[in-house]
Amino acid sequence: MKLELTDEQQMIQAMAREFAESEIAPIADEIDRDERFPHETVKRMGELGLMGIAVPEAWGGAGSDMVSYVLALEEIAKQCASHAVVMSVNNSLYGWPILTYGTDAQRERFLKPVAGGHALGCFALTEPQAGSDARNQATTAVRDGDHYAVNGRKLFITNGRESSFALLFCQTDKDKAHRGITAMVVEKGTPGFSVGKTEDKLGIRASDTAELIFEDCRVPVAHRIGDEGQGFRIALAALDGGRIGIGAQAVGIAAGALARAIAYARERKTFGVPIGEHQMIGWKLADMATAVDAARLLVWRAAWLKAKGRRCTLEASMAKLFASRTAVQVTNDAIQVHGGYGYIREYQVERYYRDAKITELYEGTTEIQRLVVAREVLGGAE
Amino acid sequence: MKIAVLVKQVPDTATQMKVAGTAKAIETAGITWIVSPYDEYAVEEALRIREKRGQVEVVVMSLGPDRVKEALRSCLAMGADRAVHVNDPALAEADTLMAARALAAVIKQEAPDLVLTGRQAIDDDMGAVPAQVAEILGWPCAYWIMEEAIADDGKTVRIGRQVEGGLEIFDVPMPAVLSAQKGLNEPRYPTLKGIMGAKKKEIKDVKASDLGLAAEAPQLPVVALEALPPRPPGRIIPGDVATAVKELVRSLREEAKAI
Repeated sequence: MKLELTDEQQMIQAMAREFAESEIAPIADEIDRDERFPHETVKRMGELGLMGIAVPEAWGGAGSDMVSYVLALEEIAKQCASHAVVMSVNNSLYGWPILTYGTDAQRERFLKPVAGGHALGCFALTEPQAGSDARNQATTAVRDGDHYAVNGRKLFITNGRESSFALLFCQTDKDKAHRGITAMVVEKGTPGFSVGKTEDKLGIRASDTAELIFEDCRVPVAHRIGDEGQGFRIALAALDGGRIGIGAQAVGIAAGALARAIAYARERKTFGVPIGEHQMIGWKLADMATAVDAARLLVWRAAWLKAKGRRCTLEASMAKLFASRTAVQVTNDAIQVHGGYGYIREYQVERYYRDAKITELYEGTTEIQRLVVAREVLGGAE
Repeated sequence: MKIAVLVKQVPDTATQMKVAGTAKAIETAGITWIVSPYDEYAVEEALRIREKRGQVEVVVMSLGPDRVKEALRSCLAMGADRAVHVNDPALAEADTLMAARALAAVIKQEAPDLVLTGRQAIDDDMGAVPAQVAEILGWPCAYWIMEEAIADDGKTVRIGRQVEGGLEIFDVPMPAVLSAQKGLNEPRYPTLKGIMGAKKKEIKDVKASDLGLAAEAPQLPVVALEALPPRPPGRIIPGDVATAVKELVRSLREEAKAI
């Protein structure tokens, strides 16, 4: 067994840390408060290669691997969860399926600009009635010559407003239920494709979460990713990677809150000693640190499996399940360590607490992860 | 055109230094090593010259044990073309003059048009190597440069060096040795592509014998390192403000002799 990062992985981690500390941290509070999408730093992330980490250079990416991806993502999330989700969706939910299931012509047109950081992509699966019940797709695509006519509404789409490309999932054959779901790329500006309302959220407030509306939107058949009816499989496979990314984001959020709690416990004195020396606080920090490390190792294992091209449905769900619960618990404890100050914006841990919650909801709720893990361990997967 | 950049690997600025058991070196276990920040300005400037002029090869050079490869690789990840690593146990105790002789020997072999480096390494802050290298090579040298512009013909470089209250401008014939001051530029982060590409670039290992260096003892041997004495505790002067201020002024004048 070898639990060691390569030289490149260490350098990528160090680069992402330095970048996040010096360019993202200074704006993280402001963009959260103002719900402002940070175009300037997202562009810088693209230039540095953070938007297509595991995509080969030929397709505009950095040609690195999934482990480097989770290392970098954790460093970004330590400073700002909003930046992390923009990066995660771009890499895992949009980039990976186009790379894996797209043709060369599709990779050239739909992947290259996104992996190179010149444009953003989004993943349009969720609908008002199809969240955890993702098979229940109501958006339809009806073949009409060399086009599909798409009608329907997608909800809670991360990067939805800012994206140039949407990887859309819709029903091409209602009778086949989820085996009739098909994936296709829709470009921004296509007639009939519009962005509805942007959500006002508890956390990750600087990332945009929007509604996508399709009204007789004509999408060329050449934009279809994979075969008709292959869409649900593509979505699930993308979500395996997506869950590893969200796991890494959750680890970053938890680690960022933990670092602040530790710093505060060293500085703040009560009853004549730093509060970290009170056993109750010391123990709390010990449990927080242990949970963060355990979550990180689960994420690393899942990423390593994915990098090796092995099946990782179980491991990705376990990592996402445990890391997201850890993020919620650790950020909650970080506020507790800060006492009343933790409730005040200036001390930042309240932002981490608000941001943490989403990791238990998106890309499969905690309940869905448990369902996946239970099915996998019982051996009754579909 | 070829530019040589001399870099030194130093402990990260956040390191809590401890004196090793020998009392002649620092404890290196657990230290995070980085490229000395002033040397990063030098690397960045070389890359900018290449971007501006094209047809420029940037060669980074360093001296030290195996771990120095990490520093060289991070310069390659920033964009330098290749590296030369003087890696020889015979030079483990090198003082600045020995280091300068070794680096000057590499520079002679490489014959660059310009040598860039930091104004000093942030570990022992000697700031001697740039001048020593220039002296050995017989080249002009300018310290603390804040700006540079190489003439179109590549024969001279106009530099601005920081002096009290302003810049001193010189035209320096090339080849020359220039040392970078903070403010020369803002070093770039290595991109992921740069990091991935760095392992394909050459780091050439050279020994003292490859450079024709004779064994010599350092002229500046370290006698001993001592930790800073712990800071004495502060003193709180009690009483009302008027009395306390009087006492403060008295003790600053008579005890601390600070005013």
